[in-house]
Amino acid sequence: MTDQIATTPLRVARPRRRFWLPLYSWLLIGYLVLPIGAMVLFSFNRVLTGLPQVSFQWNGFTTQWYQQWSQVPGLTAAFWLSLRLALVAALISTVLGTMLALSLVRYSPREFRGKSFVNQTLFMNIAAPEIVMGASLLGLFATLNVARGFTTLLLTHVAFSIAYVAVTVRARLSGFDRTLEEAAGDLGSSPFTTFRLVTLPLIMPGVLAGGLMAFALSLDDFVASNFVSGSTLPFPVWVYGATRVGIPPQVFVLGTVIFSLGLACAALSVLLSRRSAN
Amino acid sequence: MGESPAPVNVRLVNVTKQFAEVRAVDNLSLDIRAGEFLSLLGPSGCGKTTTLRMLGGFEEPSTGSIFFGEKDVTGLPPYRRDVNTVFQSYALFPHLSVGDNIAFGLRRQGVSKADAAQRVGEMLELVDLAGLSARRPAALSGGQQQRVALARALVNRPTLLLLDEPMSALDAKLRKHMQIELKRIQSQVGITFLYVTHDQEEALTMSDRIVVMNQGRIEGLGTPREVYERPQTDFVASFLGASNLLPGILGSATQGYYDVEVTGGHRLRVAAANVAEGLTASSAVQVGVRPEKIHLVPSARAEEAGTNCLRGVVRVATFSGVGNQYLILSPDGRDFTVYAQNIGDALAPRTGDEVEMRWPVEHTFVVRPSGTMTNEGE
Repeated sequence: MTDQIATTPLRVARPRRRFWLPLYSWLLIGYLVLPIGAMVLFSFNRVLTGLPQVSFQWNGFTTQWYQQWSQVPGLTAAFWLSLRLALVAALISTVLGTMLALSLVRYSPREFRGKSFVNQTLFMNIAAPEIVMGASLLGLFATLNVARGFTTLLLTHVAFSIAYVAVTVRARLSGFDRTLEEAAGDLGSSPFTTFRLVTLPLIMPGVLAGGLMAFALSLDDFVASNFVSGSTLPFPVWVYGATRVGIPPQVFVLGTVIFSLGLACAALSVLLSRRSAN
Repeated sequence: MGESPAPVNVRLVNVTKQFAEVRAVDNLSLDIRAGEFLSLLGPSGCGKTTTLRMLGGFEEPSTGSIFFGEKDVTGLPPYRRDVNTVFQSYALFPHLSVGDNIAFGLRRQGVSKADAAQRVGEMLELVDLAGLSARRPAALSGGQQQRVALARALVNRPTLLLLDEPMSALDAKLRKHMQIELKRIQSQVGITFLYVTHDQEEALTMSDRIVVMNQGRIEGLGTPREVYERPQTDFVASFLGASNLLPGILGSATQGYYDVEVTGGHRLRVAAANVAEGLTASSAVQVGVRPEKIHLVPSARAEEAGTNCLRGVVRVATFSGVGNQYLILSPDGRDFTVYAQNIGDALAPRTGDEVEMRWPVEHTFVVRPSGTMTNEGE
């Protein structure tokens, strides 16, 4: 009897593990995806009242809002502004962040005075509450008498994205075999050619990840943007303003489009990495 | 970098490399002859890799100059030097195919894609990797990666090819094979090879000449046979192969021979040619003999002319298949190592036997001491 008790759990353990791990995974995925699912679902919802406002009661399926996606005047402008802003901010912060990461990894404290100070600043930049940053930037722009608009938004977004890019690229660089660069030099490459043909391609995954993160951070930033946007409203700030009167269903349409684009990017990256693995 | 550069000598003149606390290379001068296979041999930290890196342009000498032919290249960066390197870790570009790796140097010189492809093909043929051009380095075995590294450097036909312990990651069998391959390739392409290694057997097998380095200085230089048979310092005598070394006082020369008085009042004869340069009569020296040069005979036998002999007692006798190794204790308390080939000698001495060690005078050498008392070394 005791023997049986001792041996049976071992036999049962396998099917159980096979059951619990998938259950846990799917519950977690559900928890993460549910709000997005709700957004996608209600972007197809009919509106019965006269005003085109999102209601959270299912009134039937329609693609009306997709056909009329650009018919809310302020919203479309805000959407394009956010896209433009995210692209430019991601580009600038990727270049600056990559350069910062390179200088932090490649130079010894003797060659790069104030290196530990820069490291601390990076950490503080990530850890600092965004609301503090937004408020202080507003103060700064007001003191310097800079008109709030695209430029101030761009400066702000670049400011909070650089640290993320730098940290991502630095992680990629820390395992980098510098003999590869010596080999390139040995084979006749100038330092710039070496960077272009060897270093950059090898750290590209880190650079791309950092750039994507900067893009995503910029696209959905509300807190800091709300302070420095002035009358130029990016998408999240516009949506926040609209909640007071009622959200037009087009907000969900655009949200769904952004999400689908992200999904497409992820699928593409999986596909590409599979192909290069073969 | 032309198609077939005229072979030139590479010279290091009084080169010193000082790192913060350590003097890695100490006033080193060396002529590397055009077309030769030269090995830099020494223990780790002896300065051999630093010397290679200065030739490659990765380190700058603190003082001294480096010449390629008549051209002073001291201070030139690697990409302005007609040198290529096979790195210890191979340093193949993981994001490029084998073919693109090998073509890398040619493309930087402005060789057209078509010409580069043809030369890459020839090179792959030479290193026995034809057909693997499209593979990524990660898909190759260690030995194949090493050949790619070699091909990538050789295809540029440099004045000097530097090899930084390229065999250290290969297993013993493959290493043997690659040693022969490398020698074949070198004689086929006729490029000067500078081969850095800590493996004495590798250096002895492949080199035209060997440089033995220790603590940033050259301790011995010559053909493998010269360096082995006539070491100049006790470091070389014990680093390259094994040696039995005895301290002694050098006597005066008579008819091309010296007498060395060793402890216990014995005298050993040495041919003048086997005495290290710069030694004069009555200086303190070390006299040495290689373990395989000693014959063991029963101590009763009569003396022969032209041999040195010392008595001893067999302390340890070990059998290793191809031979016997003995540890002989001499009366003044010193251990001698002796190798004897297994040629079916029924009278092989056993532990506790009294024997006489005899060896030809020609195989006795005298080296400069450096204060250390080594009897045998690896």
